[in-house]
Order: sequence, then structure tokens, then C-alpha cells
Amino acid sequence: MASLRDIKGRITSTKKTKQITKAMEMVSASKLNRAEQNAKNFVPYSEKIQEVVASISQGGGDASHPMLEARDVKRTGYLVITSDRGLAGAYNSSILRKVYRQIHQHHTSAEEYKLITIGRIGRDFFRKRNMPVDMDITGISDQPDFADIQDIASQTVQLYTDGEIDQLYIYYNHYVSAITQEVTEKKVLPLTDLNEVKKGATSSYEYEPNQEEILEVLLPQYAESLIYGALLDSKASEHAARMTAMKSATDNADELIGDLTLSYNRARQAAITQEITEIVGGAAALE
Amino acid sequence: MSTLTVSVVTPDGPVLEDAFEMVSCKAESGELGILPGHIPMVAPLTISAVRLKGEGKSDRIAVSGGFLEVRPDKVTILAQSAEKPSDIDIDRARKAKERAEKRLQDKQADIDFKRAELALKRAINRLDVFDNNF
Repeated sequence: MASLRDIKGRITSTKKTKQITKAMEMVSASKLNRAEQNAKNFVPYSEKIQEVVASISQGGGDASHPMLEARDVKRTGYLVITSDRGLAGAYNSSILRKVYRQIHQHHTSAEEYKLITIGRIGRDFFRKRNMPVDMDITGISDQPDFADIQDIASQTVQLYTDGEIDQLYIYYNHYVSAITQEVTEKKVLPLTDLNEVKKGATSSYEYEPNQEEILEVLLPQYAESLIYGALLDSKASEHAARMTAMKSATDNADELIGDLTLSYNRARQAAITQEITEIVGGAAALE
Repeated sequence: MSTLTVSVVTPDGPVLEDAFEMVSCKAESGELGILPGHIPMVAPLTISAVRLKGEGKSDRIAVSGGFLEVRPDKVTILAQSAEKPSDIDIDRARKAKERAEKRLQDKQADIDFKRAELALKRAINRLDVFDNNF
């Protein structure tokens, strides 16, 4: 049996770990609140831009734009959103596993895809496996502004416009609730499923100067807003995942401390019993 | 006098929502003035200031990467960034201007040039809106 001092040491260190995980749980809980708020703030913008895009692409018959039309796929872009830090349960690993599997299923050489990563974990994962990461951004704050990712979003959209990639998928954790997050694959470009968005509430507009030029400005912005929306969603998921992970870590620490305290007390009792036996034995030998 | 409800929305949340009598802004095709009862319209905006006039009040907003959606009683401005003069970080704008000017003088690849030019435009626009000089 481990000595009393060993057990005591383990109890103290588990208690310290528990303090840390508990603190991280509370920090994540408050960050989750803010992240939810940010996602909510984004809703009016995304709804409005979706409405306008949908009404333009449906309204006039002659509106066409490269972003609206599917073309032969020679190269696929994957935008993968992960976190910068770990300790978030299966948050990162489930996304990376899915992307990794997708890529290996559909592509045979690195020429056929381009990887764009947001977050350090994703970047390191692909680099370690010798998969080229074409663009990456790390150090996004927990409460991201649109300006933080505008560069990478517009460059990604630019890749499509330049014909470097022929379709763009985005992988992120969709925030369902504080305990459930779902790995989501979303096709961002080309914007082929626009017609399914909101059929009813569209109105006809006058276009200044004309539809094509508006689409020219609007569609990249729309695609960028989709990317930003995914980022906000995944930030909320990240904090939720970390909160849950830290909560179960705290619970496990509690359990461990209970077990250790029990064996500490047993060992203490055993030591006392042994001491008494020794004294009694010694006294008996003297008589 | 009749009014228009003007709302300015960015990805980071709504910036402003209020009733005004007139909106004037700079679209890609030129200056636009919008009064209540305008026919529905969509137009992209340049990096510029949107001026709002209402009963005894007026407001300016620096927008970039935006467009305008007009309905008879409502104007919605969707922009990638939009700031009221009081929200403008003037030091940051000044620094951005210097940085962009420096980059333009260095003249590297085309893409950098284009981006620096846009950054310069945004910075100048913010400074103008802040100082109210038009």
C-alpha cells in the first residue's frame, strides 16, 4: 500500500488541478455567454443579406455570376475551423478526423485540394501529416470581430474567383446547445442552393446600376458573411465544449479525491492499529 | 413631414436604427439622395460617408464594403464595417493611413497594392467622418 505521505501528496495535487479546471469551466461559461450574444448580433446582417441575394438571384432571369454556377471540379477548397488551444474535449479531433477522412476518400494527390485553416490545432494537424496548408490564421480572439477574419475570408473567396479552387467546403462545429455540438460540413461556393432560401418574402427591386454589378459586389460579401457566421458558430461551440470538458474533469477530480481520502484514512487507521499492536506486544514481552 | 426608418447593420451587430427624413450617400454610380417614398432599390456603396438628416438632427456614418437596400418607408444599409464618428478609433485610423501610404510607396506585388489602396481609402474615410470635413 502506498505510504501516507504519497497519498496525501496525491490528494493535494488533485485538489489543485480541480481548482484549475473549475476556474476554466467558469471562464468558458462566461465566454460562451458572450459568444452566444455575438452570434445573435450577427443574425440581422445575415438574414438581410440572404434576403437581398435571394431576391436578386430569383427576381431577374438574366442575372448570372460565376459564383452562382457550378463548374467542373478540378480542385476543392477546404476551410477548417478549429481552436487555438486544446482542453476542449473532442471539439477539434472530431472535425479533423472528418476532414482527414473526406480528403483521403476524394483525393489522391495534394494537387487536388487546398486547405485553409483557422486555428492553431488544425494547422499543426495537417502540417504534421505533410498536407499543404495554403492559408492559415491563428490567434483569433474569443470574441472575434468581422475585421479579424476579413482578410482570410476575402482571400478564400478570391481563390474561387481566380479559378484556383472550383468549390469550397467549410467544416466547423455547429452549436446546438451547451452540451451538444455537431460537426458540420457546408458547401459555401458555388452558391447553388440559393433558390431554396426563403421563397416567399422577396420583393422586386430597382438595381443601380444593374444586377450584374450588384452581384459582383454582393456575392463575395455574402460568401464572406457565411464564413464569418460559421466562425461565430464554432466559437460558441468551442466554449461550450471546453466548459463541458472542464466540468467532467472537475467531477472526476472530486471522485478521485473521494477515493484517495478513503484510502488515506484506511492507511492511517492501519498504521495506528499496527502501532498499538507493537506497543502491546512490547509490553507483553517485558512482563 | 414623413420619415424613413434607417437601420445600419454590420456583421458585428446593428449600429443604428432611427427615423430620418433624408439619406444621402455615395453609391458606385454616383451620389444618391433618398427621401421617403422611394421605389425599392438596391445599390452598392463606395467606401464613403453616409449622411442622415432628420428633424433637428443629423448623423454621419463611415461605411466600407456596404450596400443599400431601399423600400418606400425603410432604408437598410448593410456594410462590412460602419461606424459613427463617436465610435471611430482615430489613432488606429491615423496609423492605418500611415501604414497604407508607406506600403503604396514601396510598391510590391499587384495584390498588395490593391489592398493597400483600399486600406488607405478606408482610413481617409474614417478620418474625414471624424473631422466632419466634406
